[in-house]
Amino acid sequence: MKFTVKWLKNHLDTNLNDKQLIDKLTNVGLEVESYESQTSELDDFIVAKIITAEKHPNADRLKLCDVDIGKKETVKVVCGAPNAQKNLYTVYAPPGALIPKNKMKLSVSKIRGITSYGMLCSGSELNISNESDGIIDLKIKKYKNQIGKKYFKSNSPKVIDLSITPNRADCLGIKGVARDLAAAGAGRLKEKKTSKIKFSGPQKIKVKITKERNQGCISFGSCLIKGIKNTESPKWLKDKIISLGQKPISAVVDITNYIMIDLNRPLHAYDADKIDQSITVRNSKKDEKFHALDNREYTLDDEMCVISDKSGVLGLGGIIGGTRSGTELHTKNILLESAYFLPKSIRLTSKKLGIDTDAKYRFERGIDPNSIEDGLLKAAELIQKICGGTISRLDLVQDEKFKKTKIKFPINLFKQITGFEIEKTEMIKILKNLGFLVKKDKQNINLITPSWRPDISQPIDIVEEIVRIKGYDQIKTEIPEKKRIKSTLNKQQKLFHLLQRSVASKGYYETVTWSFTDSRINDILRGEKQTVEIINPISSDLNVLRNSIFSNLLFYLKKNLDRDIKDISLFEIGPIFAGKKPGQQETVIGALKSGVVSRLNWIENERKLDLFDAKRDLVQSLVEAGLDQSKFYITSKAPNYYHPGKSGSIYQNSNDKISVANFGEIHPNILQKLEIKTEALILFEIYLDRINLSKNKLKDQKKKFKFSDFQKSERDFAFIIDKNFNVQELVRIISEIDSSLIRDIKVFDLYEGNNIPENKKSIALNVTIQSLEKSLNDQDLEKINKLIISTVETKSGAKIRS
Amino acid sequence: MSDILKIKEEYLNKLKENKNLDKINQIKSELFGKNGKITNEFKKISLIPPEERKKFASDLNSVKDEIQKIIEQQIKNFETDKINSKLQNEKVDVTLPERSFNRGKIHPVSQVIDEISSIFSEIGFSVEEGPDVENEYNNFTALNTPDNHPARDMHDTFYLDHKKEFLLRTHTSPVQVRTMLKGKPPFRIIAPGRTYRSDSDQTHAPMFHQVEGLHIDKDINMGHLKGCLNHFIKEFFEINKIKMRFRPSHFPFTEPSAEVDIGYELKDGKIIIGEGDKWLEILGCGMVHPNVLKNVKVDTSKYQGYAFGIGIDRLAMLKYGINDLRAFFETDYRWLSHFGFDPLDVPSNYRGLSR
Repeated sequence: MKFTVKWLKNHLDTNLNDKQLIDKLTNVGLEVESYESQTSELDDFIVAKIITAEKHPNADRLKLCDVDIGKKETVKVVCGAPNAQKNLYTVYAPPGALIPKNKMKLSVSKIRGITSYGMLCSGSELNISNESDGIIDLKIKKYKNQIGKKYFKSNSPKVIDLSITPNRADCLGIKGVARDLAAAGAGRLKEKKTSKIKFSGPQKIKVKITKERNQGCISFGSCLIKGIKNTESPKWLKDKIISLGQKPISAVVDITNYIMIDLNRPLHAYDADKIDQSITVRNSKKDEKFHALDNREYTLDDEMCVISDKSGVLGLGGIIGGTRSGTELHTKNILLESAYFLPKSIRLTSKKLGIDTDAKYRFERGIDPNSIEDGLLKAAELIQKICGGTISRLDLVQDEKFKKTKIKFPINLFKQITGFEIEKTEMIKILKNLGFLVKKDKQNINLITPSWRPDISQPIDIVEEIVRIKGYDQIKTEIPEKKRIKSTLNKQQKLFHLLQRSVASKGYYETVTWSFTDSRINDILRGEKQTVEIINPISSDLNVLRNSIFSNLLFYLKKNLDRDIKDISLFEIGPIFAGKKPGQQETVIGALKSGVVSRLNWIENERKLDLFDAKRDLVQSLVEAGLDQSKFYITSKAPNYYHPGKSGSIYQNSNDKISVANFGEIHPNILQKLEIKTEALILFEIYLDRINLSKNKLKDQKKKFKFSDFQKSERDFAFIIDKNFNVQELVRIISEIDSSLIRDIKVFDLYEGNNIPENKKSIALNVTIQSLEKSLNDQDLEKINKLIISTVETKSGAKIRS
Repeated sequence: MSDILKIKEEYLNKLKENKNLDKINQIKSELFGKNGKITNEFKKISLIPPEERKKFASDLNSVKDEIQKIIEQQIKNFETDKINSKLQNEKVDVTLPERSFNRGKIHPVSQVIDEISSIFSEIGFSVEEGPDVENEYNNFTALNTPDNHPARDMHDTFYLDHKKEFLLRTHTSPVQVRTMLKGKPPFRIIAPGRTYRSDSDQTHAPMFHQVEGLHIDKDINMGHLKGCLNHFIKEFFEINKIKMRFRPSHFPFTEPSAEVDIGYELKDGKIIIGEGDKWLEILGCGMVHPNVLKNVKVDTSKYQGYAFGIGIDRLAMLKYGINDLRAFFETDYRWLSHFGFDPLDVPSNYRGLSR
């Protein structure tokens, strides 16, 4: 919503200066987005000086000029003007500028092989003279200190740009803004002068609003103005239209626009001679066609509110008029429409057809239904003044009367909500100034809301009106109470917090990527999950919700590798999706690491990353989060984006149905598909919501501290065993032999190859044996030794290696 | 001279001459080994007549102690010499780089969420969450934003179906709805999380972060709202003097509604939060609209309260001098390294929010 202070003062008597008015606007809730001169296309043209002008190497009649435009660096401009020469002051147009004469937009271009940045202008090109033989020659005296400054001085007054919240339809008109300011003590609202129109006869074009379901129009006011001479608008009106950032068209059109902004009252002017007999306001029929003033042909759906005559649709009520009945400079007789359309109907129609107009914007927020006559009178009077003609009596066809909104406002509600008190008389004064009709009793104020405030319907709205006019600075600051009723984080949130920092402490950089991704990458990673499409994606490569945490991570890993960063460790913690319904998501940590360990290291040997690096980071993080590693059960069934032989899944307990984490090296096919080039790429993921957390606090989880000071012994074993038999199982067999004696089992060697049969491997373990009760003697040790060997051999089919 | 004294004299002399560890060890075994001279003398004790035995044993022990002490001392000296001479050759250039160690980083958004949670924790707020995918009702209708209302245009929404029933939440406010529907007042919660709008340019990202706040109890009024946000902003920016301005605004789910601006100035192109004469909008808030409370079955005759929504990314940018929102989500490794936080840097109210 844009207007000048001068225009505002048409409605407001005020002593405040501009800055005070701006502050006041902000304080009552009409946010000032900017207060500056209207920008103009002419702002681009600046004063410049030619530093050198040399002959173009490839063209005899062109010159290559070095031009000072008031910046650090000069620019190169190719120019064909014979008068382009050293030390000439002239007008420069940069790339992007719109040349007034031919409406061409300049771009950086090559002229005979030399790049030209912008252009030096002739008087003719700028529409300021007919001189087209050479570029403008500015007087050195006057322009010496102006290099880089705008050539066209802006005389336009500063314009206030308000951001009007959707509830304040009334402030889409300048009168409404003035009313708010007046209520807040910024001045006095000027009362309208009574109109002095001499009416001549009735409005003869018959208007009918059909009674049908979902009729979008409730009242239609009109008057006929005959014998006008439509013309260019007078200067005062043109200036107002220009200050809105619009182009003046003709007096009739400009006046309707002026009234719309001034009073928030959209109007429409028809060429009365082009109306076929009479006007019917009705619902459209499906596939009816209509050519609108925006030069587009619309095919209508049913139940759109149209203004029609015997020949068909004239306009979309409250949205846009049609070309068939549009006014032109030679129009003699006009029918002026001022109607009320239902916001919902306007919104549905404009959404379906994709039309946005100033009138639509206002009607869908709610126009004052009682402004129909005011609008007609003010517009008719202006038209008559500028274009002459005779004005018919107003015609008002009304389907139903508007109900007034009544509110019983309990006075104490104000203090209850805002925390401070103001006098009842002051409340009443504020409300009256805002246009409320007020009656009071002891506890309540009985109100009738002004017809221009469709947003106000209940007591809380009244609190807001009073407090915003009184000023938010009146609200006290209550010091917050430092009392906790519930722990800040629940168990699951603590786990999130802990794992996030735990993974980061392993060398991974946390990143945050979109929850959506490119379906092409997602498809590689989604497994059995269904694709969740976004109906209106921001771009085609962000078109689905991510099914896996790795899609974006891999994408950005590649980007970083392409920046020639080699060893990259990234992780993200966030949602992945399994469906389009709320709740079909889970929280996951995905981590990946590329490259080698100890690159260019003087003391450590460089080696490729492998799955055991991933496993270390994963297991350690899980342990830090409070999981019991001794209960972990690991399988080799990781999702298919992992290397099939070099990946695993971790189950929190051996009898769990779902795994809590996966780890491994990436499937080489994925590297190939995504064209990722690195020495190695390992990854792991943790499914936070699947982790089973102890309900007990740590203080209740700790077991009794037991230890043994009796001598401990270590024994080494090497078993030859089936290649497919896993170490986890072997360790389990041994640890279950005698948990009172076997303290610890370490795997210290794995060997395959020479001396070991094919399909077999040798595993060496170190077992720590210690009793809680006594020092073990040789016999005891021998006994447990033998038991270990025999148990392992029977249960696993292994053979002790001698 | 007794044998004992002879041995003593002889070996004291020998010990004086010998300057080599092997020789000392040889002497040690000559004296104290299985057939050593001193060892043998001890064997004699039982043969000595009882009346002399005591003196003999005493003399022998004192000689033994004396010699042993010297031997031990000499051995230690030799060992020390050996270590010292070895050290001569063990000098390393300590300016060589250490073994590699990589500590990761926490993203600024996560760090700021933790800072925010820490501040609100102190004044009794707990953290709630809600799903990223919401239904139309929780995101709009329950929040007093009916269909076909222009207020919906303020949110460019990503939809997941053509009926527009499921969508990516455009704000964290639906968590208010979920929290109030599943519990009973009083409520004092914050809800940080991802939010989405189909809007993308230099200052808008299609995904961003918000933190919702909700405090519903008996007699909670706008003064409490002001106090709470005043406290938060001072704590968050870690400055005592900060200019704050509440000005009226409109959100369908609060009434009266306000936007909060903080004062700032520009110094060398950098935003300095505090007392400058420029205003920067940082959050929206207000008293929860009675229509919302009715929708979530809270008795409006007994309970009322406030809600607020803050853009987390924006706060992070202001506090840590980050000037490009888009960079938050572009995973530039160099950016993450530069703006990321040490994972051990956990914001807390006793150790301080930030270093």
